[in-house]
Amino acid sequence: MRFVDEFRDADKAHALAAKIAALCAPGRQYKLMEVCGGHTHTIYKHGLEDYLPESITLVHGPGCPVCVIPMGRVDDAIHLASQPDVIMTSFGDMMRVPGSQGSFFDAKAAGTDIRMVYSPLDSLKIARQNPDQRVVFMAIGFETTTPSTAMTVLRAAAEGLGNFSVFCNHVTIIPAIKAILDSPDLRLDGFIGPGHVSTVIGCRPYEFIAREYGKPVVVAGFEPLDILQSIYMLMVQLSEGRTEVENQYTRVVPWDGNLAALNAINQVMELRPYFEWRGLGFISHSAMRMRPDYASFDAELLFQVPGVRVADPKACQCGEVLKGVLKPWECKVFGTACTPETPIGTCMVSPEGACAAYYNYGRMNRHRVVEVSIS
Amino acid sequence: MCLGIPGEVIEFLPDQPDLARVDVSGVKRVINVGLLADDPPEPGEWVLIHVGFALSKIDESEAAAALEFLEGIGQAYADELAALQESRIE
Amino acid sequence: MTGRTAPDTSPGRRGGWVDEALREHEEHTRAAMSRPKTAAPEREQQVLDRIDKARRRRPKIREERITMSHGAGGKATRTLVEAMFLDAFRNPLLEPLEDSAQIHLNGSRVALTTDSYVVSPLFFPGGDIGDLAVNGTVNDLAVSGATPLYLSAGFILEEGFPVADLNRIVTSMQAAAMAAGVQVVTGDTKVVQRGKADGCYINTAGIGVVEHDVSLGVATAQPGDAVIVSGPIGDHGVTIMLARGELDIEADIVSDTAPMNGMIADLLGATTGVRALRDATRGGVATILNEVATAANVSVVVTEDKIPVRTEVRGASELLGIDPMYVACEGRLVAVVDGAEADKALAALRAHPLGEQAAIIGHIAEEPPGIVLLKTAFGGTRIVDLLVGDPLPRIC
Repeated sequence: MRFVDEFRDADKAHALAAKIAALCAPGRQYKLMEVCGGHTHTIYKHGLEDYLPESITLVHGPGCPVCVIPMGRVDDAIHLASQPDVIMTSFGDMMRVPGSQGSFFDAKAAGTDIRMVYSPLDSLKIARQNPDQRVVFMAIGFETTTPSTAMTVLRAAAEGLGNFSVFCNHVTIIPAIKAILDSPDLRLDGFIGPGHVSTVIGCRPYEFIAREYGKPVVVAGFEPLDILQSIYMLMVQLSEGRTEVENQYTRVVPWDGNLAALNAINQVMELRPYFEWRGLGFISHSAMRMRPDYASFDAELLFQVPGVRVADPKACQCGEVLKGVLKPWECKVFGTACTPETPIGTCMVSPEGACAAYYNYGRMNRHRVVEVSIS
Repeated sequence: MCLGIPGEVIEFLPDQPDLARVDVSGVKRVINVGLLADDPPEPGEWVLIHVGFALSKIDESEAAAALEFLEGIGQAYADELAALQESRIE
Repeated sequence: MTGRTAPDTSPGRRGGWVDEALREHEEHTRAAMSRPKTAAPEREQQVLDRIDKARRRRPKIREERITMSHGAGGKATRTLVEAMFLDAFRNPLLEPLEDSAQIHLNGSRVALTTDSYVVSPLFFPGGDIGDLAVNGTVNDLAVSGATPLYLSAGFILEEGFPVADLNRIVTSMQAAAMAAGVQVVTGDTKVVQRGKADGCYINTAGIGVVEHDVSLGVATAQPGDAVIVSGPIGDHGVTIMLARGELDIEADIVSDTAPMNGMIADLLGATTGVRALRDATRGGVATILNEVATAANVSVVVTEDKIPVRTEVRGASELLGIDPMYVACEGRLVAVVDGAEADKALAALRAHPLGEQAAIIGHIAEEPPGIVLLKTAFGGTRIVDLLVGDPLPRIC
C-alpha cells in the first residue's frame, strides 16, 4: 500500500532507534506523551516500544474520544435509541462502551434498533431510506471527525431532511492537553502531537505548550516510522535545549490546518460552556453542540435525554490511565475483572484505549519475548 | 477513530462535485471531498480518507522528502555498521 | 445536563466477580508490601501472571442474553460452547472440541460433524449459501483426517422465499457435492413465517471415515513444529462484507469457498508429520492459532510478512479498520506440522491448485505458553489474542 508500506520499513526503524538511543543523556529518564488513540494503537500494534531504549517511557494520554465519554452520556444515547421509531447509528467503536445498564451491544441484543455505520453519510442514507423513522447519529470524536459530522448536517439541511439528527459528543483536544499539563501528578518531557486532528486545526494551537509550559511538541503521523521519527525529533530538541512545535507529518498536515473544515464546524456547531470528561472531570469549552440555527438536527433538543450523571464504578481507574498517571497494568482490575470481553471502563473497550491496546497487543514480558523471537 | 487511510482519486462523480471515487489498494469507494473545496484534488492525486471524507491532500513531495530523510538515516546507519564490522576484523 | 447524580452502580450482573478481583488484588498487594520493594518489570510480570491465571479459570457466561458476539467465533463463542454446551453434554467424544468428533464404530473410525449456515446475503461473488453448506462440512471432516462421504441437509425456509432462489442454492449444492465426491443422502424441510429465517437457513451434518493412520489434534503441537497456511486469508469474510452493499465499497474480491478434501488427502499422503489441521472459518486464522496455543499449552510465533493476504483484502481491511487475521475464510486451512517435515508438507500443498500460495507463517515455541505472538513487518512483537466482539456478523 502506497504511503503506508514505505513508512513501515524495519531497517530504517533500526537506524532511527540507534539515533534515538544516542541522544539519551546518561542517567536521565524521559517521559513522552502521545495524546492520540491512533498513536497508542500503532505503538502497540507494531511493537514499537521494542525499539526504544529503557530510558524513554511512552505515556498514553486522553486522546481516545470514546474513552472520555462518561457513562451517563452512554445511558442518554441508549435512552435515545430506545425511543419508538428511532434508528440509532454509531461507529463500531461505541458499540461495547458500558453505560450503567449495559452497552449499545447489549441494548441491541435486547431489541433496540442500533446500527453500525462507517461514516455519518451512511447514517444520512439510512434516514433517506426510512422516511417514517427518526435516525440519530451518535457523533463522537476529536476535531478529526467533527468536520465530517458538520458537513453531513449541512448536507441534510440542503436536502431538507426532517428525520435526521445528531447526538453531539464531539470534544476538542487542546483543553484535554491543558488539563494534563496542569495536573500535578505528571512530569512530562515532550508531546507527540496528534496527526489527524492537526490536519484540521493545524500546528499553531500547540504553540502554548512550548511557550508557556516549556515542552517540545512534534506533530506525528501514524505509521511506525512516523512515530519513531517524531520521537527522534523530540529527543533532538531536548538535547539541544529547544522547545518548539515541529511537524513530522508534513505530507498530510498543513501548518494552518483546513480552513474549509474549520468553517464547516463553525457554521454548524458552537462550544459548550463545559462538558464532563470521564476521568478528567468537567472541562470548560472542551466540547461541541449544535448551534441554535441547526436546532432541528440536535437530538438533545428533539428528544428528552435524562442527563443523569453516573459516577464511574469504584473499581474503575480509567481516569488515572487517561491522564497517563497509571500504566494499564497498574490498574487494580486490569485483565482480571476488566478485560476486552468484560470491560468495566472505556480504556479497555475502545480499540484506541491504552488498556485495550496493552491487553490485546502488549500483554507479555518483553524480555522473554525477545528470547523467543531470536530462536 | 483516528483511522485515516491514503487513497488515490480516480474520478469525480458526474453530477456531484462533492463526491469522488477513490482507490485504496484496489478497493474502490466513493467519498466526499467537500472539505477540500478550496483546492480540489485531481484524479491521480492522493488524499487522506477518514470516515468517508477526504481531510487533506497527501503532498507527494513532502512524502518523498520524509522518505529521503529516513533513507539518509538508514544509509548513515548502514555505513556505521559497515565501519564497525571493518574495525572488528582488524 | 442536569446535576443529579445516580447511585454508584456497577452493571448489576458484574457485581460479584469485580469485588472478588479487588480482594485478590488487595491480598496480592499486601503480600507484596511485606516483601522488599520489587522493580517495575517484576511488578508488571506479577500482574501478567495474575491475568494469565484469570484467563485459565473455568469459563462462565456472564450475559443474560445472547449477543452477536456469541456467534462470531471468538472469545464469547468459546465461552458459550464450553460453559453451556460442553458442560451440559459432557462426554469424552465431545471434550476435544475439534472440527469433527471421532467415533469408533465396529472397527472403523468415523468422523461426524455438523454446521449451520446463516450467511447474509445468500448469493455473493464466488458462491452462495449452498456452496458454503457443502464445502464447509466437507472441510470439517477432511481436517480431521477423514474422507468425507455423506451429508445431510436440513432447510429452514422463510415463507415468501422465491422458489427460483432455492433452485439456485440446491443446484450449487449438488455441484459442490459432486466436486467434493460426497452425496447428500438425507434431509429435512421446514417453513417458518415471513420475517423469520431471513430467506433460507441450512444445517448440514456430515460423516466420513478416517482411513489414514493419523491422529490429528491441536493438543499435539510441539515446540519446533511449523505453522502453515494454505493460501491468502480473509477473502471470504471481506467478500461478504462488501456484498452486503452497506459500505459502498467496490472490489474484485471473491469468496474462497472450496472443498479441501483432495488437497488434504495429498498432504496426508505426502508426509506423516502433520499434527493438526484446522479449517479457518469464523474468527479467522487468529482464532485457530489461539486454539493451538491453548490446547497444547505452547506459544505460537508467526511472522506478519509471511502471512499471505491479497492486496485488495488488505486495502478493504484497512478501510474498514479490521484485521485480516480475524476474518473468515472458507477454503483455507492452517496446518501444524513437524518441523522436519515442513518443506515436504508445503510442497504437497503447493502442488494442488487450492494450495498454490501456501506458506510457512511461523512455528511453535515453548514460551510463553498459551500465547500467540506476532512479529510485525516492522520488527516489533505483539500478541494476537482471541477476537472480542463481532466485527463481521453473519459471515457464514
